[in-house]
Amino acid sequence: MNKRNKLSLKSGFAVAAFALVATSFYGCDSQGGSSANTLPIYGEREPVERTVDGKTVTDTIYHQIPDFAFVDQDSQRVTQETVAGKIYVTDFFFTTCPTICPKMKSQMLRVYEAYKENPDVLLLSHSIDPTHDTVAVLRDYADRLGIETQKWHLLTGDKDSIYDMAMQYLVPAQADGGAEGGFTHGGHFILMDGQRRIRGIYDGTKPESVDKLIDDIPLLLNEKKDEKK
Amino acid sequence: MRKNKLVALALGAFALTSLTQCFTKKKDEGKHLYETHCQSCHMEDGSGLKGLIPPLAKADYLQTHRDELPCLIRQGMAGSIVVNGVEYNKEMPGVESLREDHITNLLNYIQTNFGNKNERYTMQEVERLMQACPKAP
Ligand code: HEC
Repeated sequence: MNKRNKLSLKSGFAVAAFALVATSFYGCDSQGGSSANTLPIYGEREPVERTVDGKTVTDTIYHQIPDFAFVDQDSQRVTQETVAGKIYVTDFFFTTCPTICPKMKSQMLRVYEAYKENPDVLLLSHSIDPTHDTVAVLRDYADRLGIETQKWHLLTGDKDSIYDMAMQYLVPAQADGGAEGGFTHGGHFILMDGQRRIRGIYDGTKPESVDKLIDDIPLLLNEKKDEKK
Repeated sequence: MRKNKLVALALGAFALTSLTQCFTKKKDEGKHLYETHCQSCHMEDGSGLKGLIPPLAKADYLQTHRDELPCLIRQGMAGSIVVNGVEYNKEMPGVESLREDHITNLLNYIQTNFGNKNERYTMQEVERLMQACPKAP
């Protein structure tokens, strides 16, 4: 019994573990102080040396999500172009998930409501059961959630590509016959900046954590404004 | 590869939580059962999820289909239903492991919480209703 609780707890631990892993990467960087109004950049980073005017300068290459191509509930192609220059929040779910997904979706709806009017913020939810979650299934799910495609894309596509993406976003996901619903996955919400870099990792099943996400988004929006200046 | 590390981490956490489960107190059985089996979908406050999962809070269905609820919990349900004027159509899994006394406590918790003030069930009533559960195909 009690499998459901286990699963969500498990993901809670996983979130903690990831935050730890992520912050340890982050911790290696001397200049990356997260002051009150900037967000860290998560993931592995690489110093790259180049020569400018005979002097060696070191640039840091941050972990960036690679190009991708999926299809949403309106059969539209969604790619890196769709999110170019936008801030987006992403997660992994499946429509028949009996465990943590309903909670995640109710929390994602809060993010949706908060940034509904802001064209610079998008939401991308990947199905980890794309064989079942066809465009038609996602269409019905979106209608019942009452969401607009332009703001919140529910994605399906090639299964391996979706699982690879989960890894890129540092979210654990795998097919698991023993798990309820047939899959296990983390309940994380990942906050991405306009350059497809991970800037925040939140627990999408916890209202407090999602409050923080909602509060953190303006920090990235401000960064964007500064870049434009 | 990173994937293996992720899986290992998740499994470790899993083992830990299984262990802590053993120490949960058996208190407020109806509430506890709700949190274990139902809350992930119907939410802490019984509000459900938009057009996907119907509410239990102030749901007319709890009164209009009162006699069917014990079987519904054990066997689950599927197909189109209307709750408070909204149509839902998604499968709900049953929880076969629940005994009659569990189901009585669980239903009484639902019928008297989330703003509901409905009639309670007796154990005898639930036993009687469950004898008439539709046979699994
Ligand atoms: C996997 C998600 C899920 C879980 C877990 C779940 N339900 Fe449901 N429940 C649903 C869905 C979806 C429906 C609508 C079914 C349909 O459309 O035919 C529903 C319908 C109901 C209804 C009738 C409609 C209403 O809202 O009054 C009741 C009562 C109910 N569930 C109680 C429970 C109880 C009690 C539990 C715990 C033992 C539970 N549910 C667990 C998803 C779930």
